[in-house]
Amino acid sequence: MPDLHDVFSVAHAATLGGPGWLRQRRLAAAEAFGTAELPSAGEEEWRYSPVAGLHLEAYLPAPPTGGNGPAPGGALPGSLRDRLGALSALVVTCDGQLVSTEITPAAEAAGLTLRPLGEEPEPVAALGGVLGEPSDVFGLMNDAFCSAPLLLEIPRGARLAEPVAIVNVLSAASLAVFPRLSVVVGDGAEAQVVNVLVSGEVEVFAAPVAELDVGPSARLQYLNLQELGPRATGIDQTAATVASQGHLAIGLAAVGGSYARCRVDCTLSGRGATGDMSAMYFGDRDQVLDFRTFQNHSAPDTNSNLLFVGAVEDRARSIYSGLIRVGAEARGTDAQQTNRILKLSEDVWADSVPNLEIENNDVRCAHASSVGPIDEDHRFYLESRGVPPDVAERLIVEGFFEEVRGRLPVQAVAAGFDEMVRAKIGPDR
Amino acid sequence: MSELIVEGLRANAAGEAILHGVDVQVAAGEVHAVMGPNGCGKSTLAHVLAGRHGYTVTAGRALLDGRDLLALSPFERAKAGLFLAMQYPTEVPGVNLLDVLGASLRAAGRAPAADDLGAVLSSEAERLGVPAALLERAVNVDLSGGEQKRGEALQLAVLRPRIAVLDEIDSGLDVDALRAVARRIEEATTEGLGVLAITHYTRLLGVLRADRVHIMIRGRIVASGGPELADELERTGYERWDRPAPAEVAVKLGRSF
Repeated sequence: MPDLHDVFSVAHAATLGGPGWLRQRRLAAAEAFGTAELPSAGEEEWRYSPVAGLHLEAYLPAPPTGGNGPAPGGALPGSLRDRLGALSALVVTCDGQLVSTEITPAAEAAGLTLRPLGEEPEPVAALGGVLGEPSDVFGLMNDAFCSAPLLLEIPRGARLAEPVAIVNVLSAASLAVFPRLSVVVGDGAEAQVVNVLVSGEVEVFAAPVAELDVGPSARLQYLNLQELGPRATGIDQTAATVASQGHLAIGLAAVGGSYARCRVDCTLSGRGATGDMSAMYFGDRDQVLDFRTFQNHSAPDTNSNLLFVGAVEDRARSIYSGLIRVGAEARGTDAQQTNRILKLSEDVWADSVPNLEIENNDVRCAHASSVGPIDEDHRFYLESRGVPPDVAERLIVEGFFEEVRGRLPVQAVAAGFDEMVRAKIGPDR
Repeated sequence: MSELIVEGLRANAAGEAILHGVDVQVAAGEVHAVMGPNGCGKSTLAHVLAGRHGYTVTAGRALLDGRDLLALSPFERAKAGLFLAMQYPTEVPGVNLLDVLGASLRAAGRAPAADDLGAVLSSEAERLGVPAALLERAVNVDLSGGEQKRGEALQLAVLRPRIAVLDEIDSGLDVDALRAVARRIEEATTEGLGVLAITHYTRLLGVLRADRVHIMIRGRIVASGGPELADELERTGYERWDRPAPAEVAVKLGRSF
């Protein structure tokens, strides 16, 4: 096996091209990565993660845009396009290369812009503007090896009628890709964005980073759909900041991946900002689904409400670890955090670790978590009505997701995801 | 015609003997009341018959139309025609009543068209005074005790079991609701439903005519009779029947002397 740092090297970052500022940025990150180590499960933020078994050296970094990479082909599965429904814009990347960008005339007239940063001659502050320093080594890798970073801007006061979808397709075996998205929603603007990560049966590695910058009184609904194939590994980071009176709803919906992690950092930086998060996930076979959330309250009168609901079946594992951080300046904070996990077989493992860090007394914070099998009383009640055991179980599992299903942002698209979860729950025997 | 036969039923809960040999027979169209003080084992009887987890049957049998109920799963018992109206109906988050009833009827080979089931449910709900809005909610979630009880009667009306065990169906119901529920159950008995109604008040029997009344004390049926037994109970209370068995008297005497 080659060494990790020989594969993900400064030399590789140098091949990725683009304007000088972007190349410089990548090279600096690649140099930093050259001396960085992968995290170990001993670190708190990676506790319970099977991060030691990643073997990233077995992957090939995605080649530069326009290089000798795989032909993009049809890329977007038809069923996925149908599920996305009516859109303001659609961006498709395949194996780290930008394949297509479509914007409706109405969205264009409203001022929506989609800019591949590889074509921007001047530095774009939005790249890294929310995240700042990468929060871990995978963020650093994304900084170093993102082949086609993209900026999505909704200008001040603009309102988009339909969602914008960014679909990242992974199709070539053994490839490592680093999708990168910056979303900037201007003052008082309103938008819905769906970011999809999808792969087939191939073994792939993806470490996407998304940055969401929600301006004063702006509203963003952001849905992250993780539909990786069974042999894919995904380590996903979303960092968001919400200005005063802004409103952000982040939804995560995850069914795929062999190991799939989502980290979300949501910082409420302006007075009266709201940052809600919801997640719906279902792991089966030997999947490991790993979620880390940070609700950072750094301004007064900010609100965050988190609801993560998941089920694990067969030998699957799930990890949820969440921190509510309330700064000294964030009086009047209202923060809620709820995690519920349903264990559908004996051999699953699930962990739920809520944490609070509060430096102001004038706040309302609550967290709750539950991990357990189907309630025998629920099962008995339905069976005693004459509902067959397998149907009763399906109804209970679907019912378990009912609340979070209604809370996911971009409902028109989230509803399609529901079908995927239903498919996992399975038909009645 | 349907018949529930319970013979010599003994059962434990959490290792403690609760039922000490219960005998009762309920034929189609009959209403049997089982009355007894708190803790006498009435609810245990209901749960054991329906097959709820947490109970162990140690002796006796229960037959529904000749089928050994105790060998069946809760679902199979329901499919065989048994219905339990629970004293504290379980809240099942996110699960819709229409889906439950539809699944049950399909499993029983009585698959209704979706529209038909909705119509039946609405008309039964109206008769029982269940607000239409409640039909949209998850089963028993955020309902008052009385609404839950009406919901149990509503399910009974739609599912049309052969034998219904009603565990304190009267508790939580106001006078009007109790009457509506009792009327609906009586109507079902004219179509052949056999009822085992468990209660500790005679209040239910003021509106639901019982063919037989059984008095249950400390896990045994100690007296059975016609409706007049309930009247007697109303005058005297349970104390008259609550005599310790001779062996227990001896122990008590032994302790106090």
